[in-house]
Amino acid sequence: MTSKDRILARIRRAVPQPPPGPDAPVAPQIPRDYLRVHGARTPRERVDLLAANLTEYRALVHRTDEDGLPLLLARLLAERGSRTVLVPPGLPPYWLSAADQTRVHDREASTPQELDRVDSVVTGCALAVAETGTVVLDGAPDQGRRRITLIPDHHVCVIRVPDQVVDSVPQALEGLDPARTLTWISGPSATSDIELDRVEGVHGPRTLEVVLVGAQ
Amino acid sequence: MTGGTYLGMPAFPVAAREAVRDGVLRANLRRATHTIRDRRARAVAELADWDRLRAAGAAVKDHTLRHLDRYLLQLEEAVNAAGGTVHWAVDADEANRIVTEIVRATGEREVVKVKSMATQEIGLNEALEAAGIAAYETDLAELIVQLGHDRPSHILVPAIHRNRAEIRDIFRAEMGRWGRPAPDPLGDDPRELAEAARLHLREKFLHAKVAVSGANFMVAETGTMVVFESEGNGRMCLTLPETLISVVGIEKVVPTFRDLEIFLQTLPRSSTAERMNPYTTMWTGLGPSRGADGDGPSAFHLVLLDNGRTDTLADETGRQALRCIRCSACLNVCPVYERAGGHAYGSVYPGPIGAVLSPQLRGTDSDIDASLPFASTLCGACYEVCPVAIDIPEILVHLRERVAQGGPATRDGIRVRIRPAHGHAAERAAMRAARLLLDRPGALRAGERLLARARRLAPRRLPGPGRAWTDTRELPPVPAESFRDWWTRERGTGR
Repeated sequence: MTSKDRILARIRRAVPQPPPGPDAPVAPQIPRDYLRVHGARTPRERVDLLAANLTEYRALVHRTDEDGLPLLLARLLAERGSRTVLVPPGLPPYWLSAADQTRVHDREASTPQELDRVDSVVTGCALAVAETGTVVLDGAPDQGRRRITLIPDHHVCVIRVPDQVVDSVPQALEGLDPARTLTWISGPSATSDIELDRVEGVHGPRTLEVVLVGAQ
Repeated sequence: MTGGTYLGMPAFPVAAREAVRDGVLRANLRRATHTIRDRRARAVAELADWDRLRAAGAAVKDHTLRHLDRYLLQLEEAVNAAGGTVHWAVDADEANRIVTEIVRATGEREVVKVKSMATQEIGLNEALEAAGIAAYETDLAELIVQLGHDRPSHILVPAIHRNRAEIRDIFRAEMGRWGRPAPDPLGDDPRELAEAARLHLREKFLHAKVAVSGANFMVAETGTMVVFESEGNGRMCLTLPETLISVVGIEKVVPTFRDLEIFLQTLPRSSTAERMNPYTTMWTGLGPSRGADGDGPSAFHLVLLDNGRTDTLADETGRQALRCIRCSACLNVCPVYERAGGHAYGSVYPGPIGAVLSPQLRGTDSDIDASLPFASTLCGACYEVCPVAIDIPEILVHLRERVAQGGPATRDGIRVRIRPAHGHAAERAAMRAARLLLDRPGALRAGERLLARARRLAPRRLPGPGRAWTDTRELPPVPAESFRDWWTRERGTGR
C-alpha cells in the first residue's frame, strides 16, 4: 500500500462518504451572501480610495495623464538618483522616452547578481484593487519576469486609471487567470516581526512608487 | 544551528509557572499582543460583512474536509498537469525523508526556507542537518529564533517573546557565524535590525539553488499554491532557486480559485491586522511556460503531509480544528497565552489553537499533550476572533473529557480506546460522588443543611486530594441557607 493509498483510506474511514450514484455530485453548500463590493463608488472615488490605501501602506502615489507620463517617470528616476533601469520586454517605449538612465533589458540568462546591480525597474500591472490598496502583476510583457520587480530596490508601477482599477478582492479574482503566476503587492515590503510593530522595507523593493495614469 | 526540541516537554502548568515569573517575557508579550489586538479589531470593523465572510470561510473548509479525498486527487492531477510532482507523506519521518532525497538529488548542501508551520511541525531543519544539509530560515522572526538557538513562541511572529534589545544582541553575536556579520555599530531600532537582516540574507537569496516553503492554500481545481507574506523573503525563495519544495498539510486545500476571495479578505486582517499583506504569490506548477522562461523554478515538488491530520479528521467534534488558517488571532486575544507565552505549550502550535491541535495531531500520551486541553480559562475570546469560526472552547472541553475519562480516538489511522490519564482519579471520584448526591434530592437537602450549619468551620483550603485545586483558587464561602431552602421559604411551594 502506498502512502497515498494509506492517506486516502484514512480519510474515507474518517468521514462518512456519500453513497455512490451515477451522478453523485458534490454540490458545495457555501453561503456566498458576503458582499461583492464594500460600497458604491464612482470611478473617480474608486481611484481615490486606491491612492489613499496605497499611501497608508507607504507606497508613493503620483498622478499624471498619458502625455505627462514620460516626464514624470524621468523625474522619479532622476530624483531617486538611478543610473540604470530595468525594462520589461513589452513596456510601451514612449513611457521611458524622456528618461536618460541606461536601459537594462531582462534576458533569460540574466543572473540574480546582475539584476541586483540595477537601480530601478518600471512596469505596468494586470490590475489594482481599491479596497485593499493592492497592485497585481501577472507576468504579461509590460511586467516581465517576477524577479525583475523583486531584486531592484526601487519599483515604479504604472496603473491605467480608471480602467485597471477594480473595487474589491472578489472582482480582482474574476479578472485574473490562475494559470499565470500572480504577485499581489500592497505597499513596499514590510515586517511586523519586531514587537509586532510594522516597519517598511525588508527584502523586496523598499520603495514602491505607483503612477496613476489617466484623464485627471 | 538547531533550535530547542519539544521532546520531553514538561506539562503546561509546570512550564507556565516558570514563564509567568519572567518579567521581561510578560512585558514583551503584553506589549505585542495588545498592539495587534486593537489593530485587528479596527481592520475587521471595516468590513460590514465580516460575519458572512467568516461563515463562508468555515463552510468552504468544512465542505472540503468532508470530501478531502476527492479534492486531494483533483489537486494532484492539476499540479502534475502544470509540471509539478506530488508526493504523499503519512508522517513527519516520511516527509523529511522525501525532502532530504530531493535536496540530495540536486547535489546542493544548502536550502533557503520560507516560514512554514508544517516544516516546523515535522522538524525538517533538524532532519536536513542530520543529512549534512544546512537550512536557512529567511523570515525575520524565524531568523531571530534560529540565530538565537531558540524555539518559536507564536504562529505569525515566532520571536514575539524577544524585544528589540535582545534581537540586536542576537544579531551582533550570531550573524557572523552563518554569513555576513551584523553592521557595526548596530542599534536596536527595528528599521536598523530589518536592514541588518536584509544584508545578511541577500547573498543567500541570490545564490540559493533549492528552496523549501509551505503554503497557506492549495486550489484543487487549478493546482494553484498560495503563499501570503510581508517581507519579500517568500518571493525570493519562490522565484530565484531552481528547485522549489513545498511541504503542505492536506487540510490546506480549497476547491476553487474563487474560494480565495474569502480568505484573501479574512486572513490578512486577522493575522497582521492589515487590509492586505504586502506580498501574496500564487503559482501553478511550473507556470505558463513550464519553467522555460526562467521565471521561477524549473522543478516543483509538492509534499502532501498527513502527520495526524486524518486522525483529527476522524473526530467529529475535534475535526473543526482543521479549518485553521494559522492567522494567530486567537493567540493575540488569549489571557492565558498573554501570561504564559508560547513556549509553555510545548509545540510549534501555541495558544488556544495549539491547545486543541497538538493533542489531536500528536495524541494525548505525553504529559504536555494531556495537559494542553486544560491550558485555558474557556473564556471564548479565541472563538470570537477566529476567522473560520472554530469553537475552540467546545473542542477543549471535549478533549478534557477524553483525557480525564478516556474514550475512543483514532491514532495512526486505527480506532483505539484511550485510557483515562493519571492525575484525574480524584476528579472522577468527586464527579461520581456528585452524581450520587444529585440523584438523591433528600440526601442533597440534608447535606446542604448540615453544611450551612457548620459554615463557620469551613476550611479555606480543601483537605486531601482537593488541596491542589485550592492552591490557586479561593474556596467559595458556604451560604447561610441553601438555594432550595430559600426557594421553599420565599415561594412556599417546595416539596
